[in-house]
Amino acid sequence: MNAASPATHPEKEVQFNLQDINVHFGLQQALHNINLQIAKGDRLALIGANGSGKSTLLRVLHGLITSTRVKATGRLTGTIKTMPGTRQAMLFQRPHMLRMSVLNNVTLAAWLNGQSWQAGKKQAMNELKRVGLLDLSQRPANTLSQGQQQRVAFARASVTQPNVLVLDEPTASMDPRSKREVEGLMQDFAEQDSGLTLIFASHNLGQVKRLATHVAYLEYGKILAFLPVAEFFDEDHLTMVSQQAQKFLKGNLL
Amino acid sequence: MNSISQSLSTAFALIASNDVQLWSIVARSLWVSAWASLLASVLGVVFGAWLAVSHFAGRGLVLLILNTLLSLPAVVVGLLVYLLLSRSGPLGELGWLFSVKAMVLAQTILVLPVVMALIRQLIEDADKQRGEQLQSLGAPRLFRALLHVWDERIAVLMVLIAAFGRAIAEVGTVMVVGGNIDGFTRVMTTSIALETSKGDLPLALGLGIMLMAVVLLLNTVLAGLRWLIARQGGQS
Repeated sequence: MNAASPATHPEKEVQFNLQDINVHFGLQQALHNINLQIAKGDRLALIGANGSGKSTLLRVLHGLITSTRVKATGRLTGTIKTMPGTRQAMLFQRPHMLRMSVLNNVTLAAWLNGQSWQAGKKQAMNELKRVGLLDLSQRPANTLSQGQQQRVAFARASVTQPNVLVLDEPTASMDPRSKREVEGLMQDFAEQDSGLTLIFASHNLGQVKRLATHVAYLEYGKILAFLPVAEFFDEDHLTMVSQQAQKFLKGNLL
Repeated sequence: MNSISQSLSTAFALIASNDVQLWSIVARSLWVSAWASLLASVLGVVFGAWLAVSHFAGRGLVLLILNTLLSLPAVVVGLLVYLLLSRSGPLGELGWLFSVKAMVLAQTILVLPVVMALIRQLIEDADKQRGEQLQSLGAPRLFRALLHVWDERIAVLMVLIAAFGRAIAEVGTVMVVGGNIDGFTRVMTTSIALETSKGDLPLALGLGIMLMAVVLLLNTVLAGLRWLIARQGGQS
């Protein structure tokens, strides 16, 4: 279990500490004995084939799957310790836009986080400016392109001023241009706030190399490798830690 | 064929006649069913949406009963409300029996399961698809359900049209609790039943055609509303 043992960060505060996490969906087990420490400010990429448990792990971190949830949404055992003061936001593969204007979509997120509607609206305008969508603020949000909708989702996430951003394949099935735009935003977010912890699932290894500081490789709900990004992409090192991860990588690089 | 063409001409003659008594029946029909649908819609949407996002022991049983109530016979509802409102019944003191209020109450009970069951299914499906995104934004459970209602407002409107359709078309409850009293509790469907039993089939069918014309007009207005919503909110 050397591969799955958490990297220790003596100098950094621990944002998430997961111990013996198991998740079941009915009879199917989606996560097996996950032990993982994520330090504040880390940018962790989760990679692995479809169905390897990346999305489930992200949902566990984000608190969407908890020990009290009924079987329809997954049953969780184990302990999750989260650093006090953690404020999370999550971006999904296909962001859902409520049938209202772009501005109202973002304002609603601010309002749900305790701001007054007026103050939220002001902040929403600022965030829309930041993601380059101020011109479209009055448009119905669901008429926007997928890339634009993901940018709205960024604005919606950032009005809540998160210090942890969880992203579930945010650029999947996007055209190259939208992909670049969204990736640029991820970079921008990470750079503007060095304390921001970024956790994202991705199939795009180039993106992982560009954005991540650490990489976790998952297979059948288990973490088989958890390494700093440079070591992960070092073939000899990775082969030593996990041959399966190395095979996956090769398959991907072919 | 003859009786159909005769009915059609009777229907047109009725509409053209500007008969005050007839129009008062039409107005009463609309009034009763509109109020019943409105009450059932408010209650049904709120409880249906709540049911869609809540988890509790015995929920499966509640859903089973609710879905069974979709087939609730109108006369049975009429009978139950009759028993409730009859002089010796628990609500007898209200003195509502054979009144428009009793008809509204009975139709509300008849239509409520339709609204609740359909809204429950609609919102539950919506929540499965995107509930966690709203949860992630920090929306509490019931508010999340109401956001789904807002999002699915075109489908919700269809449910409400179906509910109104069930209310205005039924004859069993209004007959039992209203008593079909001329000028007081007589509505379109009870008049049709009465004319049929009297043997005046063209008049009965004419009234039926008129009822459909009224509903058609109403649905045209609602279709316009739907079109407006769709244009405003963008279809997805």
